[in-house]
Amino acid sequence: MQADLNTILPEILIALYAMLALVAAVYTGKDKLAAPITYLTAAVFLGMSAYIGLNGSDATAAFGGMFQDDAFARFAKVMILVSAAAVLVMGMGYLESRNMMKFEYPILVALSVVGMMFMVSAGDLMALYMGLELQSLALYVIAAMRRDSVRSTEAGLKYFVLGALSSGLLLYGASLVYGYAGTTLFSGIIAAAGEGLAPIGLLFGLVFVMAGLAFKVSAVPFHMWTPDVYEGSPTPVTAFFATAPKVAAMALFARVLHDAFGGVSADWSQVLALLSMLSMFLGAIAAIGQTNIKRLMAYSSIAHMGYALIGVAAGTALGVEAMLTYMAIYVTMNIGTFAFILSMERDGLPVTDISALNLYSKAEPGKALALLVLLFSLAGVPPMLGFFAKLGVWRAGVDAGLYWLVVASAVASAIGAFYYLRIVYYMYFGEEDAGSTLDKSRSPVLWIMLMGSAALMLIGVISLFGIDSAAAQAAAALVN
Amino acid sequence: MSVALLAFYLFAAGVLTGGLFTVLSRNPVHSVLFLILAFFSASGLFVLLGAEFIAMLLLIVYVGAVAVLFLFVVMMLDVDFAELKGNMAQFLPAGLAIAVVLLLVLGLAFGDWHMSEGVSAARAAVTPEGTDNTAALGLLLYDQYFMIFQLAGLILLVAMIGAIVLTLRHRDGIKRQDVLQQMWRDPKDAMELKDVKPGQGL
Repeated sequence: MQADLNTILPEILIALYAMLALVAAVYTGKDKLAAPITYLTAAVFLGMSAYIGLNGSDATAAFGGMFQDDAFARFAKVMILVSAAAVLVMGMGYLESRNMMKFEYPILVALSVVGMMFMVSAGDLMALYMGLELQSLALYVIAAMRRDSVRSTEAGLKYFVLGALSSGLLLYGASLVYGYAGTTLFSGIIAAAGEGLAPIGLLFGLVFVMAGLAFKVSAVPFHMWTPDVYEGSPTPVTAFFATAPKVAAMALFARVLHDAFGGVSADWSQVLALLSMLSMFLGAIAAIGQTNIKRLMAYSSIAHMGYALIGVAAGTALGVEAMLTYMAIYVTMNIGTFAFILSMERDGLPVTDISALNLYSKAEPGKALALLVLLFSLAGVPPMLGFFAKLGVWRAGVDAGLYWLVVASAVASAIGAFYYLRIVYYMYFGEEDAGSTLDKSRSPVLWIMLMGSAALMLIGVISLFGIDSAAAQAAAALVN
Repeated sequence: MSVALLAFYLFAAGVLTGGLFTVLSRNPVHSVLFLILAFFSASGLFVLLGAEFIAMLLLIVYVGAVAVLFLFVVMMLDVDFAELKGNMAQFLPAGLAIAVVLLLVLGLAFGDWHMSEGVSAARAAVTPEGTDNTAALGLLLYDQYFMIFQLAGLILLVAMIGAIVLTLRHRDGIKRQDVLQQMWRDPKDAMELKDVKPGQGL
């Protein structure tokens, strides 16, 4: 028992921290304490990510195999914790200036992060579901946090209803899998499933579980909630949605498929390949008509999930490695882009229309250049890091023989480049339109995040700071 | 026919009629009452299976709390059920089509249903010999499933925080009771003793 508790120490500490902070804030300053709690939460996240990253090298299982602490889980956890800390600090100014800062916000984020950490470490269908629900429930609440806005409440409600539906699908699938295998432990399921093609009962369960998980990563055709939720939620919350939960869901996807259904990879690989292709094309084509930058980022995230899914669909260690690297790069790009979106305001009010960026390069050449780098990277234009992320998943796809998927994704990426480059066009060659300029942003935090993320997109080409080797290690721990 | 078998058919018929009339009754209050009948019959089935703890749980939680809550909601809220049902005919064909497709799909799945070998070995014994099933459940929950049990607690905490964040409003300009302030009130500040001379006012 002691050893088990030691294994989940980071999760326990964050959960305890969240509860203590909640009680402390309720009994003392309430919302006046929101800012210190936010910084403290970010500090706790960073501390725990350092602890997880530096501690432990071998794989340990706790609670009879329900909790797996291996290199894969640690890689995903570090990514989740660091991105959540960055997004928390980034969103502070926005929430404070709009009087939306509640002390529950960082606490709910912390609890949702605990859920994500359990998700990526799940070794059992029940543990998976519990982690997923803890994560999602906190997300539903923060989506609707701006309760005076119809948009925000609609986002929260829509997310909640569709999320409940997807949980139902997942649970139904899990019950079929349990009915077939007689156990909910991944190690038991993989032993019962055997090699080759899955028996039909197990296959049904697998497909339902995948449908539930595809909803969480917003892969087409389970993506309907994404644009509305991204648009309606307060922008800092949107930034959070686009980063840590996506990493957690994607890692969970890979974890379930390899740990529990690794023997029947031929069955799920084709399903994933289809999900991936549909996501890439829908993300690329539907975003063309969007003028709201938050909706545009929603479609962009759908498309990016499609690319990352190529890595999972490959079903190899190389594929998982490519997926993890892709997610790390995607999260870094998104933090920078959302730092910019958070700083978009006119007369103190947030602006989300991309026409507001007309000739932005004349007003603030530095920030415009950073955004250009990020958009090029999101589009996958060669010298930037985003291209190498795509190259990685393509390599894994070709290696696994998914040629048609790789070709399709190259086509989709060319279509998708249009809407990223259109923003660049607006910024540099837009029309002169008096009175449409954005305010000069005063927030140094957002500036640092934007510039830092853009700089990483360029420097990363030379050295990935060891992310690639860590990802390879993580993938080796998962696929064997 | 043994008593157990008779009881099974009785309870099974209860669940089915309860479920059917929950959907079919015109009056929503009757629907809830039929739902309660279904719950009662289902708990009878659980007793027959030897799962008396779950049977009691079903009665206490579902009948005692959930169904009564439903009853309150149905009686208190002014929901026009006739209007809700009016749209039903419009969606009926699509709904039926989906139901038929699902039924066929399920038939496909369960027609060829078989369990993996060794399932019965992998499945934990329902109740260890010599313990009743409340104790057996406790042993599982607080030992083998300790982590999941605690996670369920965290989920409930999030639900509670969420309900408060999304609904609690602090209104200004309302007089609130502050118990400590009342208790610590000093008589010296609150009242003033005056010595009133006879025949004189203040």
